[in-house]
Amino acid sequence: MAHDSLYAAPPSGADTERPAGRLAGLRGALGTWDTAIVAALVVAVLLAGLSVQNFATGRNAQFLLLDLVPLALLALPMTLIVVTGEIDLSVASVVGLTSTLMGQLWLSSGLSLELICVLVVLIGAVLGAVNGVFITGFGLPSLAVTIGTLALYRGLSFVVLGDQAVADFPASWTAAVVRTIPGTSIPVAVVPVLLLALVFGVVLHATPVGRALYAMGNNDEAATFAGVSVARTKFWLFVVSGAVGGLVGIFWTLRYASARGDNATGLELTVVTAVLLGGVSIFGGRGGLLGVVAGVLLLGVLRNALQLADVDANALTIVTGSLLIVSVVLPNAAADLRARLHRRRRRAHLSAS
Amino acid sequence: MSTYRRLRAGATALTVAALLLGSAACGGTTRENSGNDTGGGAQASGAANPDAKLKEGLKIAFLPKQVNNPYFTTSDNGGKAAVTEIKGEFKEVGPSEASASSQVSYINTLSQQGMDVIVTSANDPNAICGALNQAKAAGAKIVTFDSDTKPECRQIFVNQVTAEGIAENQVKLISEQIGGAGEIAILSATANATNQNAWIALMKEELKKPEYSKIKLVTVAYGNDDDQKSFQETQGLLQSYPNLKGIISPTTVGVAAAARYLSGSQYKGKVKLTGLGTPNQMREFVKDGSVDAFALWNPADLGYLAAYAGAALASGQITGAEGDKFTAGKLGEFTVGKDGVVVLGPPTVFDKSNIDQFQF
Repeated sequence: MAHDSLYAAPPSGADTERPAGRLAGLRGALGTWDTAIVAALVVAVLLAGLSVQNFATGRNAQFLLLDLVPLALLALPMTLIVVTGEIDLSVASVVGLTSTLMGQLWLSSGLSLELICVLVVLIGAVLGAVNGVFITGFGLPSLAVTIGTLALYRGLSFVVLGDQAVADFPASWTAAVVRTIPGTSIPVAVVPVLLLALVFGVVLHATPVGRALYAMGNNDEAATFAGVSVARTKFWLFVVSGAVGGLVGIFWTLRYASARGDNATGLELTVVTAVLLGGVSIFGGRGGLLGVVAGVLLLGVLRNALQLADVDANALTIVTGSLLIVSVVLPNAAADLRARLHRRRRRAHLSAS
Repeated sequence: MSTYRRLRAGATALTVAALLLGSAACGGTTRENSGNDTGGGAQASGAANPDAKLKEGLKIAFLPKQVNNPYFTTSDNGGKAAVTEIKGEFKEVGPSEASASSQVSYINTLSQQGMDVIVTSANDPNAICGALNQAKAAGAKIVTFDSDTKPECRQIFVNQVTAEGIAENQVKLISEQIGGAGEIAILSATANATNQNAWIALMKEELKKPEYSKIKLVTVAYGNDDDQKSFQETQGLLQSYPNLKGIISPTTVGVAAAARYLSGSQYKGKVKLTGLGTPNQMREFVKDGSVDAFALWNPADLGYLAAYAGAALASGQITGAEGDKFTAGKLGEFTVGKDGVVVLGPPTVFDKSNIDQFQF
């Protein structure tokens, strides 16, 4: 939809007010979806608090937030990647592989757990770099590449540990990741998530890098002409995504005190759901981090409330699937409508002059 | 270019932040110096009162490895029957995929709902421990069945059968079918399956008994729990050992594949087959005469017993200590063994006469 306008834009300065106007329009659209998703979150929390027994308690908030940490972390780099028009479906497999590597290193290397954690994040970055090389170096579509590495990394994680699990991590470490901030029921793990969300938010919304990401999402070629190094930027995005995957691998392993090959299986779909629900367009170029954070929370609240209300697992899956479809269809339908109105107005304007 | 440089700076900063995060809580924890401080919880607390009556209105929840799985549906229905008998409230919840982490969020939900008893089959012996201990702290009694957690995370484990029970039962079945003499083979799952190997070792011990002296185990074949491979391995066994009288296949995949091969071959009825199988998979082969009898524990009884064990815990009849006794309705009296394990008993044998009573 938005692609054609950039293609058509002449490189002369004659049309400078048009992109600015377009950006303003985009920001308006963003605002509406962000507001809608935050409002939906508030409504969901209120409804659940009023109608679902045991929902509005501190203990439940702790459970809910802990369950959301991996999802929230993975959604941050995914947001940036989807904004550029790419996708990374290998994130959950990176979590699985880094988790088993952490287990195997702990089991047999004799290294300290601190060093292992650092290594695991680096390995995650390397796994992301592999994606990046195939996508930007060989120019392959990210969908195909990361579906490949989704299977590859998951397979490797079973090579690393087989169907065994490593579980003898020190209790002080496993207890630390589920600890709450003293005096509250908010898990400590939420703090680094918020900090990282802040970093990603600033990068996306307040730096030239962030603007470049949107430009790429709208039109790679135009972004290149505008002096953005598309390939390199995307490459580093995949590296960051892998590193965050490694971080989640550590969290997952310690939270469940179990490193095993099937850790986080299928999580990539939930991450994509949260990002799309947060208003990021699957075609790139549109969306914001605030919406994604709200999307993550909304997904978590719905799941938790439905579980507490004894809604069965199949219905939960159906709800998640429907949300995904709604979040893809609604913003696109709205944007389509807006574009059509815009075109009609322009045509009217042209014929009038 | 400046965009790229900034991004690179950003990425570097992020990586550094990640590394710092990763090593934040540090001080050099290695496997050697960490010791085994995994935190063993107290197991049985308080004294058991064997005369205590089973309480009514107990809230008992079943959390299987996954829902929509016929095996667990059957066992949970057994549990439901028991809960109905003792006038409790029954509930079954669970994830649609068999993963440990999704069980954790269900356990949290159940403890949040104030369940009296949580009966679960663990997808991972460690991963759900933290959540179970929290639920215990919130007042729930924890019973595991089918697949155990670490002993300190639950009060009772209801074990379907012991390895000795399986070995004894399988050897007895094949001996009866081949008339106590001749060559037999075993068709197992994978060569490194812990369960299978323990059972096979015990079967070899069992075969040393004088009443089985005329039976000779010629080989162990591995069908990898793959239908096609098990089928071919059966074919191979019969070609390599023309005097083979019987096959034991203590895996549900293997026994069904072997039965399918026998039923379509010249060996049907001549070479005997037994093993561990489910009635639904084996029904047609029992009816067409390819298989005389096979065994498996009855999952409905397993769930039934687990529910009664949970109710006995919640009513204070037992604490999970070794030697505690309780009565489980129609199944009779059970004694808690070492590490809080209760054994359901010898496997149920299925043959032409009873197979139609079982649906799983």
